[in-house]
Amino acid sequence: MKSVRHMKSRTVVLPTNDIDTDQIIPARFLTTTSREGLGECAFYDLRYNTDGSENPDFPLNKSEARGCGILVAGNNFGCGSSREHAPWALLDYGFQAIVSTEIADIFRNNALKNGLLPIIVDKAIHRWLLDNPGVPVEIDVASASLTVPDGRIVEFPIDAFAKYCLVEGIDQLGFLRQQLDQIEKFEETRAWKP
Amino acid sequence: MSDSTLFEKVWADHVVVDETPDTPAVLYIDLHIIHEVTTPQAFAVLRESGLAVRRPDLTLPTMDHSTPTTPVSNFRDLAVVGESAANQIRQMEQNCREFGLDLIGFGNEFRGIVHVIGPELGATQPGKTIVCGDSHSSTHGAFGALAFGIGTTEVAHVLATQCLLQRKPKTLAVNIDGKMPVGVSAKDLILSVIGSIGVDGGTGHVIEYRGDAITALDMESRMTICNMTIEAGARAGMIAPDDTTFEYLSGRPRSPQGADWDAAVTRWKKLRSDDRARFDRSVTLAADALQPMVTFGTNPGMVIGINDPVPQGGDDPSFRKALAYMQVESGKPMTELQVDVVFVGSCTNGRLSDIEEVARILQGHKVADGVRMLVVPGSQQVKNQAEEKGLDRIIVAAGAEWRETGCSMCIGMNGDTVPQGKLSVSTSNRNFEGRQGIGARTVLASPATAAASAIRGRIADPRTIT
Repeated sequence: MKSVRHMKSRTVVLPTNDIDTDQIIPARFLTTTSREGLGECAFYDLRYNTDGSENPDFPLNKSEARGCGILVAGNNFGCGSSREHAPWALLDYGFQAIVSTEIADIFRNNALKNGLLPIIVDKAIHRWLLDNPGVPVEIDVASASLTVPDGRIVEFPIDAFAKYCLVEGIDQLGFLRQQLDQIEKFEETRAWKP
Repeated sequence: MSDSTLFEKVWADHVVVDETPDTPAVLYIDLHIIHEVTTPQAFAVLRESGLAVRRPDLTLPTMDHSTPTTPVSNFRDLAVVGESAANQIRQMEQNCREFGLDLIGFGNEFRGIVHVIGPELGATQPGKTIVCGDSHSSTHGAFGALAFGIGTTEVAHVLATQCLLQRKPKTLAVNIDGKMPVGVSAKDLILSVIGSIGVDGGTGHVIEYRGDAITALDMESRMTICNMTIEAGARAGMIAPDDTTFEYLSGRPRSPQGADWDAAVTRWKKLRSDDRARFDRSVTLAADALQPMVTFGTNPGMVIGINDPVPQGGDDPSFRKALAYMQVESGKPMTELQVDVVFVGSCTNGRLSDIEEVARILQGHKVADGVRMLVVPGSQQVKNQAEEKGLDRIIVAAGAEWRETGCSMCIGMNGDTVPQGKLSVSTSNRNFEGRQGIGARTVLASPATAAASAIRGRIADPRTIT
C-alpha cells in the first residue's frame, strides 16, 4: 500500500445520514473482477438521472465540488454491505478521506486497508463542516489531527496499527504472513480441529 | 472463566497472537465461505504474490449473487444475464480449479446462497469462527459461532493465512423476554429490534440475543434474527447453542459423526454466557407486544407495525428524503399502498419454513392482478424439499413464479430487479434506495406479510387472511 501521511483539500458535503454502500456503488456494478476504474460508478444513481444526464442538484456535480478530496457526510456513513468496491470507487473518484460522526464498521475497515481515511469528529465540528462546504481542510495522519480554516485543530480516533500501516505504507498481508509460525503452532496444538 | 460471555469464549478460543495497544489480535478462522462477487480481486492478490490457498479444506466456495434464477430443466441451459456476470462466474470456476478448491457449482445438489448452505451442510457449527465476503455472514451466529462479513482484502488474508487481524469488539446483550404472539415471526422481531436500537445501534459491538423468546425459536428463525444483525450496525450476532441447535446439526453431511459428535456436543454445551458475564451494553424488548412489521423508509430501522401510521419525523432532511423516495406520507398507514412486486427469498427468509409459510397463506388464493410474485428458494436443497412437499405447485397455482436458487431480487445483480418507481414487498434484508433496482421502492416484511400482500395487491396484515 502507498503511504498516506498528509492531505490538504477542500471538502464536499453530503449531509444525508446513513449513506449505505448501495448508494456509494450500486450492486449492478459489482460484476467486475477488477478493482480499477470504479470511480465512474461512485454514487452513480445519485449523480445521474435515469436518462443518463447529470443530476445538477447532486452536490458532487456542482462545479465547486470538482477536485475536492475530502467528503463530509451525514451520520453512519458506509452502512450496509461489505463490498470493498465502495472504498475502491471513492478512491478512484478522487476522495482521500471521509469525515462523519460515525462510520460503519466493515466500511471503515475496508477504507483503512486501501488508504482511504475514515475520520470521526464530534457533533459540533461536524455541524460546522456541514454548514461550510468547500472549506480547505488539512489532515495529518501521524498526529491524527484535522485542521479547519478558523485554526481549530481537532484530533480524531484511529487504531494505532492502522495508523502505522498508513504512515509507513505497510501491507497487512505481509505482516500477517510473518505470523505463520505461530499460526501453524496454533493449528497443531488447539484442543479441537474444525 | 466463570464470568465470560459466549462471544468472549469463542474469541479466546481463536486468538493465535494476543492484541496489544500497537497491534490487533491474530484471529484464526475455522470456516471461510466464498462466492463469485467479492473474491476475484482477492485471488488476483494471491496470484500476484505467488501464494496458495492455505487451507482449501476450510474454504467453502459457491456461486449465488450473479447467478440467474430463471427456471431451467438443465443447468447447461442457464443463460447468465450480461457478459460481465458471465465472466465473473467463469472466473470463479477458474479460480477454484487453479487453487484446488472444491466449488459447489451449477448442478450441485448443495448449491445455494452462502448463508443458507453453510448451515444446511452442517459446516456451520457452534464455537467456530466463520467469515465470508458478505455482510450477512452474521447469519451463522445463530449456531453460537462468531461469524462476520469481511472485505475483499481480508478475503485474501484468510485465503493466504487462514487468519485475520482483528480488534476485539464490545458486547451488546439484546434480551427478548416473553412469548411471541400468533402471526408474528422472527422477521418481525428483528425488524422491531433494529427499529428500537437504530441502524447504527450495534456499531462496534457483537450482539448476543438472549431470553425466553429467543430460546423458543427454531433454527431457521434464529438465522433470520442473526442475519439482520448487520442492519443494526453490528457485524456479528450470536445465540447460545442448545438442544434445538444440536438436533438441527445431527446427521448433516459435514457435521461430526459418531464419537466425534458426542465430543463436539460436550464442547458445544459450554458455549453460553456465564451467569456473572458482563456485557458492555444491554437492551430488553418484550416479545408479547410484537406485531407484524413493515419498513416505510430507505433503511431497515425505518420500520413500523403494519397498522401504525408512518411517523411524523420532524423536519430531519434525511427522513423527508426517504419518505419522498418511497412516496409515502406521514400519518398514513402503509396498508393503503398498492403493491407491484412481491419477492420471497434471500439469506434472510429463503428457507423451507419461510416457503411453507408462504404456501400456507397462498393456498386457495390467487396473486392479485398486476402483482408479480417471485418465490426464490435459498438453496437447491430448499428447492428439492419444497417440491417434495408440493409447495411449488401451490405457489404456481396461485400465480407466482417458482425460481431456481440464488440471491436474486434481494440485490438485483442477476437480472431479477424491481422496475423503476414500483413498490416491492420483500422478505429480504435491505430497503436501501435502488437496492432492488434503480428507483425501486422496497418494503421489508415477513414471508407471511409478503404472501398476504400478494393476495390483496396492497400491503396487508397476514392475520386478516383466512
